[in-house]
Amino acid sequence: MTAVLEAQALGKKYGRHWALRECTIDIPAGHVVGLVGPNGAGKTTLLKLAGGQLEPTAGEITVLGGRPGGTPAQLARVGFVAQETPVYAALTIADHLRLGARLNPRWDATMAEDRIARLGLAPKHRVGKLSGGQRAQLALTLGLAKRPELLILDEPVASLDPLARREFLQGLMEATAEHEFSVVLSSHLVSDLERVCDYLIVLIDSRVQVAGEVDRLLATHHRLTGPRLDPDRLPADQHVISAGHTDRQSTLVVHTDSPIHDPAWTVTQLSLEDLVLAYMEQRAAENRRVALEVQR
Amino acid sequence: MTWLTWRQFRGSAVMTAALLVVLTTTLALTGPNMASGYTTGIAACTQDDTCGRFYDRFFGQYDMPFMAVSLIVLLLPALVGLFWGAPLITRELEAGTHLLVWNQSVTRVRWLAVKLGVVGLAAMAAACVCGLAVTWWSDPLDKSAPGNLALMTPLVFGARGIAPVGYAAFAFVLGVTVGMLVRRTLPAMALTLAVFVAIQLAMPLLVRPHLMPPVTSTFELSEANVDGLGVSRDEGGKVRVSLETAVPGDTGAWVLANTMVDPSGRTLGGAGGGGGGRDGGGGEGSVPISTTSGPCAPTQAQGLGTCLVEINRLGYRQQATYQPLARFWPFQWIETGIYAVLTLGLTWFAFWWIRRRLS
Repeated sequence: MTAVLEAQALGKKYGRHWALRECTIDIPAGHVVGLVGPNGAGKTTLLKLAGGQLEPTAGEITVLGGRPGGTPAQLARVGFVAQETPVYAALTIADHLRLGARLNPRWDATMAEDRIARLGLAPKHRVGKLSGGQRAQLALTLGLAKRPELLILDEPVASLDPLARREFLQGLMEATAEHEFSVVLSSHLVSDLERVCDYLIVLIDSRVQVAGEVDRLLATHHRLTGPRLDPDRLPADQHVISAGHTDRQSTLVVHTDSPIHDPAWTVTQLSLEDLVLAYMEQRAAENRRVALEVQR
Repeated sequence: MTWLTWRQFRGSAVMTAALLVVLTTTLALTGPNMASGYTTGIAACTQDDTCGRFYDRFFGQYDMPFMAVSLIVLLLPALVGLFWGAPLITRELEAGTHLLVWNQSVTRVRWLAVKLGVVGLAAMAAACVCGLAVTWWSDPLDKSAPGNLALMTPLVFGARGIAPVGYAAFAFVLGVTVGMLVRRTLPAMALTLAVFVAIQLAMPLLVRPHLMPPVTSTFELSEANVDGLGVSRDEGGKVRVSLETAVPGDTGAWVLANTMVDPSGRTLGGAGGGGGGRDGGGGEGSVPISTTSGPCAPTQAQGLGTCLVEINRLGYRQQATYQPLARFWPFQWIETGIYAVLTLGLTWFAFWWIRRRLS
C-alpha cells in the first residue's frame, strides 16, 4: 500500500524552540486517519508541513509521493482545512464557491452547491454572520469540492458545540463514503475520532507512540485486573503500556498479539480513549523518570 | 486569483475612483476659466510692465485651492501605503484566511504576485491621474507662484508630474513588506507611515539637491529678486537688502543658497545671517552706503529704484545657488527612477520572504 504521508526524522524549529522533532511517520492510503495527541505534541506543525505551509527545518516529508506545496499540481491533490476553519468574513457563500472554482482545476461545482443546499445555507449570505458550525461546514465544503486525494483537517471540530461537531463529522463520513479519498484529521479528543476513524496514530512529544487500524489496536490491547504482581513476570510477548497498583491488586494495560490465558487475570476490553490515555500516561511516566535521573 | 483579488479590493477601489472622479471633474471645470484669466492678465500686464503685481494678485486669488490640491497629491501615496499596502497581507494573517487561500491550487508566490500587481497598478494609476490632473490645472499658478512655492521647491515638486506615481508604488510595496514582517495591521500601518514620512523628508533634504550639480550665479539686483530695503541702525546706518528666494529670469527655480556679495565676491553679513536656507529662507545683506544723504536716503522721495541702481553700480550682487526650472522633467524622471528601484528591491524582498519565512 502506498503512503499518503511519509516523514523521515522530520523537524521544525521556531526560533530556538523545536515544535516538532525527529518525527518519523508513515500513513497508509485509503483510511480515515485520526492523529491524536496532547496539546503541543506537534500535530498542527506536522499537518502544516504536510500541507506545504511550512518548510521543514530538518528531515524529509513526502505527501502522495511529492514534495508538499511546491507546485499547483501538488496543491490540487491535497485539501487542507485549517484550525478554527478560517473563511473570508466579508465575502458571501457564493463568493467562496466561486473562489474555489477559480482557484482549483478539479473543482466539483455540483457537489459544492448540493452540499450548501443540503446544509440549508443561502448562497447570498455573508460568511461573517454564520455560526461556528456553519463556517466549519463551509470550510469543509471548500476542501471536499476541490476533490483532493488527501484531505487534511486540523482540529476541525475543536471549537464546535456537540451537535455541530456531530453534523460536521457526519458530513465528512458521507463524503468519504461517496468519493474515495484519504483523510487525516487531528484532535486532542479521542471521542471525536472514535466515530469516524478506522486508523489511529498517537503522537506524543512528536514521536509516534502507536499506529494502526482501530479494530486491530482494540483487539491487541487489553486491560488486566488481578492480584498484585510485578509486571516483569508477565510473558515476554505481553508489553505493559501502563500499570497501576494498589496493595493487593494490579491493573495493567498490555499490548499483545496472542490471547491471554492466565486465569488469574480478569481481562476487559479497552475503549479507544482508554488506550490513548494509557500511552499518554506511559510517556508522562517516562518523562518523570528521565527528569529524576537527571536530578540525580 | 485575479478575481479574488478584485473581489477583496473592489470596495476601496470604487471609493477611490469616485473621489478621483470628483477631483478631476472639479479641476476640469475650474481649470480653463483660470487659465484664460491668466492669459488675459499676462497680455494686459506685459504692456505696462506690471506683471510682478499681476502674479501676486493672481496667485493670491487661488492660493487656498493651490495648497489643497498639492496637499492631496502629497498625501495620496501615504494613504495608499497605509490603507492598501499595510493591510493587504496582515488582514489575511490576522483572520487566518491565508491558510484557506494558500491551500487552493495556487502557489503563494503567484498569490502575492497577483495581489501586488492588481492593487499596485491601481495605486500607480490613481497617483498618475491625480498628479497629472493637478499638474495641468495648476500650470498658470506654478508660473505665478512666489519663490518659496516655486515649481522646483520640495513641497510643490513632489505634488506635480510623474513623481507621485513612484511615491505611490513605493509606499504600497513598503506597506505590504512591513505588514509581512510585523504581521499585525495597526502596528504595520504606524510603522509604514513613519518610514515613508522619513524617506519623503530625507529625499528633498539630502538627495534631491545633488541629483545634478546646482548652478551658482550672481545677479543684478532688481524688483525680481529684492524683497525690500531697510536701514540697519545698529550697523551705523547701512542699507539692509532682503532678498527674495528667487532668481531673476528663472521663475520656478529651487534656490538652495541665497546671499549678497560685495564687488570682490565676498559674502556680506546681515542682521538675519548671510546664508539662505535650503527651505527657501531669504538671504539678507547690509550694504555700506550712506542712508543720510544720496540716493539711498529715506528722505529722498525717489523710491526704491534709484537706491537699487546705486547699489548695482557699486557692484553689489545677489549670489544664488539653485536648481533651474529647466531641470524639472529630468529631476522628475530621476526621482521616479530612484523610487522605482526602491520599489523593485522591496518587491524582491517580499517574494523572498513569502517563500522562505512567512507561514
